[in-house]
Amino acid sequence: MDKVFHALADKTRRDIVQRVLVSPQSVSVLAGEYSMSFAAVQKHVAVLERARLVTKQKRGREQLVSADPDTLRHASQLLDRYEQLWRHRVRAIAEILSEDTDNIEDNKEQS
Amino acid sequence: MTVTSVHKDPEARSLTFTADFAAPVERVWQIWEDPRQLERWWGPPTWPATFTQHEVKPGGRSHYFMTGPEGEKAHGWWQFTVVEAPTTLQFDDGFADENGEPAPEPPAVHATVTLTATNDGTRMVISSTFSSLEHLEQLAAMGMEEGMREALGQVDAILAE
Repeated sequence: MDKVFHALADKTRRDIVQRVLVSPQSVSVLAGEYSMSFAAVQKHVAVLERARLVTKQKRGREQLVSADPDTLRHASQLLDRYEQLWRHRVRAIAEILSEDTDNIEDNKEQS
Repeated sequence: MTVTSVHKDPEARSLTFTADFAAPVERVWQIWEDPRQLERWWGPPTWPATFTQHEVKPGGRSHYFMTGPEGEKAHGWWQFTVVEAPTTLQFDDGFADENGEPAPEPPAVHATVTLTATNDGTRMVISSTFSSLEHLEQLAAMGMEEGMREALGQVDAILAE
């Protein structure tokens, strides 16, 4: 998972993921989209591959790159869970703050 | 209390959370500054936190541990980078070994907290930036899903009042 964020930290790599999410593309077609060498694009694809954000398949002479939506989904699920943690924290803070106003101990909310 | 907005950005590796509280800024600052108040809300629901050190000043460090349902302990540390009472806090938050020594992996989460006065109280904006999702994975393993269930239960309880 660590690799996922590293892989997505680069603008070109994010762009590659977006393109191949729409439809699988060959490395050479991808290379045509950027003002960098074929080797440089290949390197970016390799980083994405290691993070399991994309997979590469041989199709004839071409290497076809496709997105792995499960990995992306997993990353976003983790952020969802982090959101839940903060929701819990905010609720707990609100409870502490509410003790200032209602000092009625026996009426303490318990849930 | 209202959670006003949540903004998740998987590509920028960040989550921004905005909440409003019906208390003055100085009071909300205390829930961060006072370790006894902080430990009442920092840990995930089934992993309460205990702060053994808490130095709220630039460069200051905090140590804490969270105790799990089986009595297991997860240690953590904070290092403050910016402290401007009572409105701004920035710190790195990471896991540590049992001696409180920062663990090399997973990398720390950088947190930015800002408190601003509103007509009714205080708006708190928390922004967390991750260099690693592994940290999140560990947090997720620590009862966050239970947190979600509890949360829903609490909402029901409030609505029933």
